[in-house]
Amino acid sequence: MSLRITLSTAARILRQLRHDRRTVALLAVVPAVLLTLLFFMYENAGPTFDRIALIMLGIFPFVIMFLVTSIAMLRERTTGTLERLLTTPLGKLDLLFGYGLAFGLAATMQAGIAVAAAYLLLDLDTVGGAGLVVVIAVVNAVLGVALGLFCSAFARTEFQAVQFLPVVVIPQLLLCGLFVPRAQMAGWLQAVSDALPLSYAVEALMQVGAHADPTTTMWRDLVVVAGAALVALVLAAATLRRRTP
Amino acid sequence: MNDAIEVTDLVVDRGGRRVLHGITCGVAAGSVTGLLGPSGSGKTTLIRAIVGVQVVRSGSVTVLGRPAGAAELRRTVGYVTQAPSIYADLSVRENARYFASLYGLGAAEADRAIADVGLADAAGQLVGNLSGGQRSRASLGCAMIGTPRLLVLDEPTVGQDPVLRADLWAKFHALAAAGTTLLVSSHVMDEAGRCDRLLLIREGRLIGDDSPAAIRTAAGTEDLEEAFLRLIRDSERVTA
Repeated sequence: MSLRITLSTAARILRQLRHDRRTVALLAVVPAVLLTLLFFMYENAGPTFDRIALIMLGIFPFVIMFLVTSIAMLRERTTGTLERLLTTPLGKLDLLFGYGLAFGLAATMQAGIAVAAAYLLLDLDTVGGAGLVVVIAVVNAVLGVALGLFCSAFARTEFQAVQFLPVVVIPQLLLCGLFVPRAQMAGWLQAVSDALPLSYAVEALMQVGAHADPTTTMWRDLVVVAGAALVALVLAAATLRRRTP
Repeated sequence: MNDAIEVTDLVVDRGGRRVLHGITCGVAAGSVTGLLGPSGSGKTTLIRAIVGVQVVRSGSVTVLGRPAGAAELRRTVGYVTQAPSIYADLSVRENARYFASLYGLGAAEADRAIADVGLADAAGQLVGNLSGGQRSRASLGCAMIGTPRLLVLDEPTVGQDPVLRADLWAKFHALAAAGTTLLVSSHVMDEAGRCDRLLLIREGRLIGDDSPAAIRTAAGTEDLEEAFLRLIRDSERVTA
């Protein structure tokens, strides 16, 4: 692994993104627009908006970055650039961390806009600070990137890559505590939920919602999510083969 | 003569089908060697094995004294795939600078490579907006960065206009004169005459390995296309 190559790879990915203005605009605007929709849906429901919007601030970057990364990596594969890169001094982790870094930065911009819109325009109210929400959202985005990189190893076509969204993302959404509080789930469902990283991200956000200062649980949850992202990146490196049939 | 590439009894299966049936050949250092054969003959598979991205069934490939695909070779072997493998959503310059950065080289080296393939005027354009010929030249330019000791080019001159094609071949020979070994695949016979040596491949078997002059003499014709045809007939007579 080389820091120089990792950084230049991240810069290259960001340059690609910069040339694609429509994608940048969608990344910047969509989460804030969806939060606005939630705001009107729960207009008379009191604290429900606060609870759901807070969780959504963590879920949007996860889902969006998962999708964007799966497609970006698949494109590297189908256009032959991946095969070419693997014949250069670039290490597999240089490429994967480059993606993590580049899309992590894109997610920081996205989370910044979404969090600002939620607190300033939509009157989101949490006991803890907005800065922590941004941090959790970005770590979640990196988790999405890492899982997207890992899953794209098992997809040969765009159709297959998109199918990993319902397989990998939706179960985590259903079991993360957004629809049913985790404490009310059947024991075995809770065990499954315990094994899914998104559950920890949601718990961390709910900690920020309920406590003025960062709690130990919140930090532990954040470490679990970051650790899961790291494991997924290493697994993605392990499944990336220089030699293919 | 010392060989930059040595292939011994190479057998490769792809998609449940045998693509290379025990190929043995060598490529002399500092030469321009042409790998010729019709589409589907196994040229790309042999090239992939040489750059070390192909899973092989048996046999060995040694490149610059090391097993193909060895980590040390990644600095010294340049590879151009048949379809231009560069980023369509970056400009030519951005592509070249990225590939240069992988070798620890700066913008000057990237700009030199762009000029070498005649794209200085198009450096600021997005690769996606270039013509097919320009795109494959941009891809070629990115492989020439860092003056590799071995350049493996899979059909680099397809779709180029005749003047540019002549320029590229002159460039290949200049590189070889400076010590780089080049392996260039083509399915166009009129390019065969420009090589120092030819490897003729058909249906995954090597049917000719000699200089263009020797192949012409052996087949008793000045026309390389005709010579190739006679070699095919001879090889079929042997197997029949």
